[in-house]
Amino acid sequence: MENLLFYFFSFLAIGSSLGVILNPRPTRALLLLVVTMVALSALYLLLGAFFLSIAQIIVYAGAVLVLFLFVIMLQGIEAEELPLLTRFHPVILVLMLLCSAVLGFFLLRVFTGFTAGAMKGVDGSLQAVGRSLFTDFLLPFELTAILLLLGVFAAIALAKKEDA
Amino acid sequence: MSLPVTHYLVVSAILFVIGLIGLLTRRNLLLILLSIEIMLNAANLNFIAGSALHGHVEGQVTAFFVMVLAAAEVTIGLTIAVLLFRKQDSVDTREITFLKG
Repeated sequence: MENLLFYFFSFLAIGSSLGVILNPRPTRALLLLVVTMVALSALYLLLGAFFLSIAQIIVYAGAVLVLFLFVIMLQGIEAEELPLLTRFHPVILVLMLLCSAVLGFFLLRVFTGFTAGAMKGVDGSLQAVGRSLFTDFLLPFELTAILLLLGVFAAIALAKKEDA
Repeated sequence: MSLPVTHYLVVSAILFVIGLIGLLTRRNLLLILLSIEIMLNAANLNFIAGSALHGHVEGQVTAFFVMVLAAAEVTIGLTIAVLLFRKQDSVDTREITFLKG
């Protein structure tokens, strides 16, 4: 059962993310990315990361991608995508594929030579993550608060019209 | 936890490469940002798989920080896209010709 769920959701994630980079229409690419995020959150669930799985849906599908949707619908529709074959010379494409194949071969050797132990599993509940966040990682956690604040300031400062 | 961790790592690697290809081939600035989101999430999957493999919760905390970072990054990236659109009515990267070094 777990295998079935894993394969279903990982193929869903890979297929929809292929759609994100291949679909010529920006709005559809964005909606496919929502599918990728939901599939990834299911994978997190399989790995026992319950809190992050919910945070993934709330933060990405809920907040980040809606923000994207607004900006894309307001102004991002018209940049047209050219097919790969017309943009690059075939010789360059073949060379690129060759380099990628060599790299992929060595990566596969690393992967097949890699024997990890059995998964130990982890308590990924909100309680466990929160305890780690507020004890061991308290300083980084406070720093992310400052980072988000700076993000708000930067967005306001950049988007403000000069004459306003 | 019957599946070996390698499965998750392979899925994460494939997603990362897909994001990288999108980053290199897309011309719409907003879709380039979307590809970066795919790459960040592939890295997150790696962190969470590592967390489940070793039985430590630290990997999940790191993935949480990556999520926060992605939210901040999207804010700035979208603001830059809005500015660009205001300046030249387009978010096509081929048409950004006024950058000077």
